[in-house]
Amino acid sequence: MTDISPRDGHEVETKLGHSPVADIPHRPRATDTDPKAARRAERQVASMFLLSVVFVILFVVAYVGIDKSTTIYIPVMGTVGASQVALGFCLGAAILLIGTGAIQWAKKLMPDVEVVQQRHLMESPQSAADEAAANYERGKEESGFARFRMIRRTLIAALALFPIPLVIMLRDLWVPTPEEEGKSPAEILSTTIWRADSRIVSDGTYRPVRPEDLPVGGLISAVPEDLTEIEEIQGNLNARGKAAIILIRMEPDEIRSQQGEGWDYQGILAYSKICTHVGCPIALYEQRTHHLLCPCHQSTFDLADSGNVVFGPAARRMPQLPIGVDAEGYLVAKSDFAEPVGASFWERG
Amino acid sequence: MTTTSPVEKAGGATATYVDKRLGSNSFLSRNLGKVFPDHWSFMLGEIALYSFIVVLLTGTFLTLFFKPSMIEVIYDGSYVPLKGVKMSEAYASSLDISFDVRGGLLLRQMHHWSALIFVAAIAVHMFRVFFTGAFRKPREFNWIIGVGLTVLALAAGFSGYSLPDDLLSGTGLQIARGIVQATPIVGTWMAFLLFGGEFPGTDFISMLYGIHILLIPGLILALITVHLMMVWVQKHTQFPGPGRTNDNVVGYPLLPVYMAKAGGFFFVVFGIIALVGGLVTINPIWIFGPYTPDQVSAGSQPDWYIGWLDGALRIMPNWETVIGGFTISWNIMIPAMIMPGIVFTGLALYPFIEAWVTGDKREHNLLDRPRNAPVRTAFGMMAITFYCLLWVGGANDIIATAFDLSINAITWFLRVMIFVLPPIVFVVTKRVCLGLQRRDRDKLLHGYESGRVLRLPHGEFIEVHEPLSAKDLAVITAKTDIVPLPAPERADAEGVRSKGYRIHSLRHRLSGFFYADNVTRPTDAEIEAGQHHAAHDAALEAPLHEYEDQDEIRNAHGGVLHHPGMADTNAEQLEERSQH
Repeated sequence: MTDISPRDGHEVETKLGHSPVADIPHRPRATDTDPKAARRAERQVASMFLLSVVFVILFVVAYVGIDKSTTIYIPVMGTVGASQVALGFCLGAAILLIGTGAIQWAKKLMPDVEVVQQRHLMESPQSAADEAAANYERGKEESGFARFRMIRRTLIAALALFPIPLVIMLRDLWVPTPEEEGKSPAEILSTTIWRADSRIVSDGTYRPVRPEDLPVGGLISAVPEDLTEIEEIQGNLNARGKAAIILIRMEPDEIRSQQGEGWDYQGILAYSKICTHVGCPIALYEQRTHHLLCPCHQSTFDLADSGNVVFGPAARRMPQLPIGVDAEGYLVAKSDFAEPVGASFWERG
Repeated sequence: MTTTSPVEKAGGATATYVDKRLGSNSFLSRNLGKVFPDHWSFMLGEIALYSFIVVLLTGTFLTLFFKPSMIEVIYDGSYVPLKGVKMSEAYASSLDISFDVRGGLLLRQMHHWSALIFVAAIAVHMFRVFFTGAFRKPREFNWIIGVGLTVLALAAGFSGYSLPDDLLSGTGLQIARGIVQATPIVGTWMAFLLFGGEFPGTDFISMLYGIHILLIPGLILALITVHLMMVWVQKHTQFPGPGRTNDNVVGYPLLPVYMAKAGGFFFVVFGIIALVGGLVTINPIWIFGPYTPDQVSAGSQPDWYIGWLDGALRIMPNWETVIGGFTISWNIMIPAMIMPGIVFTGLALYPFIEAWVTGDKREHNLLDRPRNAPVRTAFGMMAITFYCLLWVGGANDIIATAFDLSINAITWFLRVMIFVLPPIVFVVTKRVCLGLQRRDRDKLLHGYESGRVLRLPHGEFIEVHEPLSAKDLAVITAKTDIVPLPAPERADAEGVRSKGYRIHSLRHRLSGFFYADNVTRPTDAEIEAGQHHAAHDAALEAPLHEYEDQDEIRNAHGGVLHHPGMADTNAEQLEERSQH
């Protein structure tokens, strides 16, 4: 291969291992022609590397010296952890300076003439293809893969079936609890811990709710009274994920329809809190329109009209919980939900 | 004049030692001088690679401090507002990392930021590869691997986002479960197996943890390795330019320039992520609180790369069918399974579709300028528009509150626009590309418009056109004309209907759709004439320049207005005067 000189007349010596210089216009840099500029660039690169070392030392100092609870006010950022900011800044600067130093070195002091290499077609030469084909034929012949039909078919069957045990073993990813024993996933999803006469307690304080606790237009997030006990036994939040409800109260004549005759109590309605779209908890209630809006995907339900969907991607109405009061005047459920709560599923129908 | 230091001697000895066992020197001899072409857009893939390395490094640190367990504990760390609150050990240890491990928050935020940058860099890198046609033969496999990496990056991000078990991450998982449950036939069972029963259960953090720290990064690492090996073997594509052809590669050798630049760039990316991780808060989980399935905060937003899927879920109408007692949730399946399935399958297949339509079997090492492939560019812009509309959908509640708009109106706007806007963008982009092609043709035929108007001695005004620079000429003339496939014969001479007529006819029409409108490149003779003409134009100007450049400029009466020794500035004139 012969060398092509760049157009500006700079001769570049051909050396062992060098690719030819590309035949394209090229202008020398200041550092190529001016030794002073080159020395300046050298100093710049070295100072960046040196500064990087300094920042590593500062990092160690900050790590040891700054208490993790110290806060500091920095304009724009506000009050922030001093240790976090100092460590981040020192680490970032130390690493960044290595990078900028290396790039400055490459741009100013290493050759900036572009060189050329030839490409080759990816395709192998015909001889290689022929050889591969011959080897394949020999292998086929020697193994008898084509001749032994029975071996071939049983091998394919065996290879097709051997992964089955690996898939079967995934079954016990879900081991049913004693209460779940014998129930299908669909049955489990279709019931909650609400029973007839379950007292309704407000979420957080777990105090039973009386009708007079809830003014017209008000909203209370509520759960069944035995929820905390069940959570303690089960050791998870599964029961809460289905049983959470909201209680709202409107004037009885504002209720246009509900899912069952007399499921309200003096204008107090109980609806599931879990969206029927993909299961987000819902809490945005607009008291004027009686609309309930899901913050995740904006499905909107009209609680004055059986919890029907008025907008958004949810296809199912919000399940309603029939409620009444017990002898002591506390709100209770009259039964479990009549339909599954939460996201839709195949067997739901 | 080479002097060998002891370190170099030891290095040389090591190279020899390794070579005697692995034959590594022949690899080094071929590759230490390997040429890499330079362009800023080639750094996008590097950013993805380097941010992935930072993700791995910071993630490894985090595994040492994070406890992937859903056992309930009472928090007793130094973040006062949550003291005494019941929470999972995963969330408690995430808080400890943020408040009680020095540098822990820095690592957590670096991990999160680099993950966001990783996905963003992949997306922009993919745009670059798409719009320049770098996916064409021989690089189709690498494009498919890239699509695979994109999907894995999304999975990596989402699984990581879900691990701290804060209120936001739990909500994301609940949505994910809702989507799984919507799968026909097997969905309910799949959800029970994946979550070990009902939601939230006590299993998913430890299960996701294994997936997040081992399975997905392992796959990504394997695919990245293959991705880079293919780039290495096939050599990087290059943009057209002087001296650059389809058969060569023009750039800087691996040692030393490319290694210094690429290596330096790794530290730049790493350093910037460390600075951002140190100075800019991301995912402040302590504000959200621990996860419980009955709470949510308004304005819940996923990480940016999940936003489009969330947006699709939001704007989908509420279609659901019940057949024979079984539910088909179109409202979830279409946006969360079918749509992404079509998007990623279409992406993966695009190189093959384009090659089939155009009948192009050549190797392409020289990149296309986006304008020279108008239909491809228009497709890309159409896809980006589609994506952005979904993304806007993902933020519809934020937009509604920020601009005081009705959320229903925004949703309906998007439901309509998702079908209307992409085709409009397609047409506009195609027209813009063809316009740019026409301008390129003009430049070749008439030279470059200098913007200078010249009055000739006989009174005619012309705009001076100048010949193109060598670089512009090389870039513009690198365009190759692609002829649409010819229309097939419906029947042969004997009237026998030709085989595969319909498929050939479809190909013919599609290929016409791709290329029939392209502006043809002028012939070499025309280009030369055009550049010659421009040179002639410029020559007309020459006396003017000669006049400006002459040593003495005289006024109409022969007096000297200016001569070389004359003072140019007021300061000089004053000095001159004071000396006299």
